[in-house]
Amino acid sequence: MNQMSPPTGRKPVLQARRIVKELGHGPGMVVAVKGVDITLVPGELTLLMGPSGSGKTTLLSILGCILAPTSGTLSIAGTPTEGLSAEALATLRRQHIGYIFQSYNLFPTLNALENVRIALDVAGMAGPKAIERAEQALRDVGLGAKLKSYPANLSGGEKQRVAVARAIASAPSIVLADEPTAALDSVNGHGVMKLLSDIARTQNRSILVVTHDPRTLGYADRVIKIEDGLIVSEERPVHKAAKADASKAESVLSAPSTNEQANKSKSGGKGRGKSRSERRARTNGQRIQ
Amino acid sequence: MILTLAFRNLFHDRIRLAVTLIGILFSIVLVAVQLGLYLGSSREITANIENAKGDLWITAFGAKSFEDGGMLLTQKERQAALSTPGVKSVAPVFSMFAEWRKPNGGSSRVVLVGADAEDNGIAPFNLVEGTWDDIKAPEGIAVDKSYLSDLGISGVGSTAQIANGRVRVRALTNDVRSFTQSPYVYLPINRARALLDVPSNVSTFHLVTLEPGADAESVRAEIAKRVAPAEVLTKQEFLNRSLKQWLFNTGAGAALIGGALLGTLVGTVIVAQTLYSSTKDHINEFATLRALGSSSSYIYKVILAQAGMSALLGYALGMAIALLIVYSAQGSALPIMMTPELAAGLLALTLFMCAISAVSAIFKVTNIDPATVFTR
Repeated sequence: MNQMSPPTGRKPVLQARRIVKELGHGPGMVVAVKGVDITLVPGELTLLMGPSGSGKTTLLSILGCILAPTSGTLSIAGTPTEGLSAEALATLRRQHIGYIFQSYNLFPTLNALENVRIALDVAGMAGPKAIERAEQALRDVGLGAKLKSYPANLSGGEKQRVAVARAIASAPSIVLADEPTAALDSVNGHGVMKLLSDIARTQNRSILVVTHDPRTLGYADRVIKIEDGLIVSEERPVHKAAKADASKAESVLSAPSTNEQANKSKSGGKGRGKSRSERRARTNGQRIQ
Repeated sequence: MILTLAFRNLFHDRIRLAVTLIGILFSIVLVAVQLGLYLGSSREITANIENAKGDLWITAFGAKSFEDGGMLLTQKERQAALSTPGVKSVAPVFSMFAEWRKPNGGSSRVVLVGADAEDNGIAPFNLVEGTWDDIKAPEGIAVDKSYLSDLGISGVGSTAQIANGRVRVRALTNDVRSFTQSPYVYLPINRARALLDVPSNVSTFHLVTLEPGADAESVRAEIAKRVAPAEVLTKQEFLNRSLKQWLFNTGAGAALIGGALLGTLVGTVIVAQTLYSSTKDHINEFATLRALGSSSSYIYKVILAQAGMSALLGYALGMAIALLIVYSAQGSALPIMMTPELAAGLLALTLFMCAISAVSAIFKVTNIDPATVFTR
């Protein structure tokens, strides 16, 4: 079960083979990941699920080039990571990987727009183009009216959407999310998952979400289960939950941004999220069935 | 965004910023005052030499400074110098400590500076009242107006006694203060000799003016041969010798420079401590930056920008206070100076100090493990 084959027809953006990670030394040493193979392709939202201590966050850190595997190989966008320096790995991260953290990890002293801009700045994009890109990313996550809001003045759901905007602003091919719904209530959790699902599909990104939140299941194209450092199953679920929660998630995405609501009204009330939501549920059903 | 993040990090904790700025301010004021005193003292020590018109100084062997010329020279050295090819003129200068007796009792030490302005040597400078012709009048002298109360006199027209004779203040100088705190008294050379009862053919120095186009070094060597064992010094050499005597042989200069170094050290430690503490507080944000793929240099730039901003703010505040102190000290016994060069040097020092202070913070972020972003 640890040999995951990529879906046909799409070129993998991430390939990990026989990944092993040992933590600690001597008698206290723990093998957190025990020979995992995983492949991510564009346009898919993959859930990595498992109980606490199963090794999912460790695996996410390895896939994100933050933690080096003890053994095994990893390639990001065709570039093998083995033997790369810390700076070279950082370069790979900023070129190909966007991160979403459980605790948002926003900069408290920067407003929403600046929090997104700093990720672009790190990636080497500055000036009016960066501002435009950051504003667009925030509008895409429904925060067009909160560009100047500081994290302290945002709700948990809004903070996580800023984090999503930050992760996608520089158009990385891979987005890695660590428990993005863990700190959110049901409505906001669905909102964020719907957002990630839409991004995977419409922007052709490969999104890997580490979670043990069952609410997220309905949004996944693929669900990988990990236990004791080993992948125990891989499924492609039918999206009943997504259909059931689509309207709930939609209300979250559109509610906070009064400006955007106004804009939607001007354009004849055609909510972009809603039509996408409906399209997504329909498409998932067709593909999985 | 580097500057924005640095600025926000800096101003996020106002109390810590205040501590940082106070540390830099304290350091700048201390260094400015110490170095200002050093410069002011140097200027006082060298003022007479700087204002002399000659090119070479003939001094007794081992003369330590303008005020402490050692054994007196005679006409023999003067004639020897005058007969040297390339020499235009040789002006005798008399400089010696003497006792000033105040009109209402008590005494004080002064430095007699006897020279004739017509000889193209030393003349009283910065005269604000009276002229050289007034000084040449019977009993005439010039003193600095800032020393009037120390000398127990009220101004032009006051009389006092120096050693054997009566003197009358006929001219006043401004801002010609003495590092030794013994005021300079300018008077014609023969009157100085008479007051101290020394032969009319002796002097402390001979000030040599060269013919235009003469090779200073060869003329100097020739004079040195002719006046040995007396020494022949260039203006710069005599300046350095005087500075060495008063600033370093007495320890005063070392104390001033030591104070400046201490100020720099204290400032560096305070800024380093606060920068480190700020970096530690924001370590998760730096780890997030690292996880987002920032290079190490990007994070270093944020920290250095914080240090630079602290430096500029602290410098502005520190210089404002330092200038206030310099202004308040004008005309007092504290010879604090502020020059554009010193101000620029202090800015460079502050930036350097803050950059050095950032090292500990940079060391801290160098060891950031970006994986910590998943364990928060």
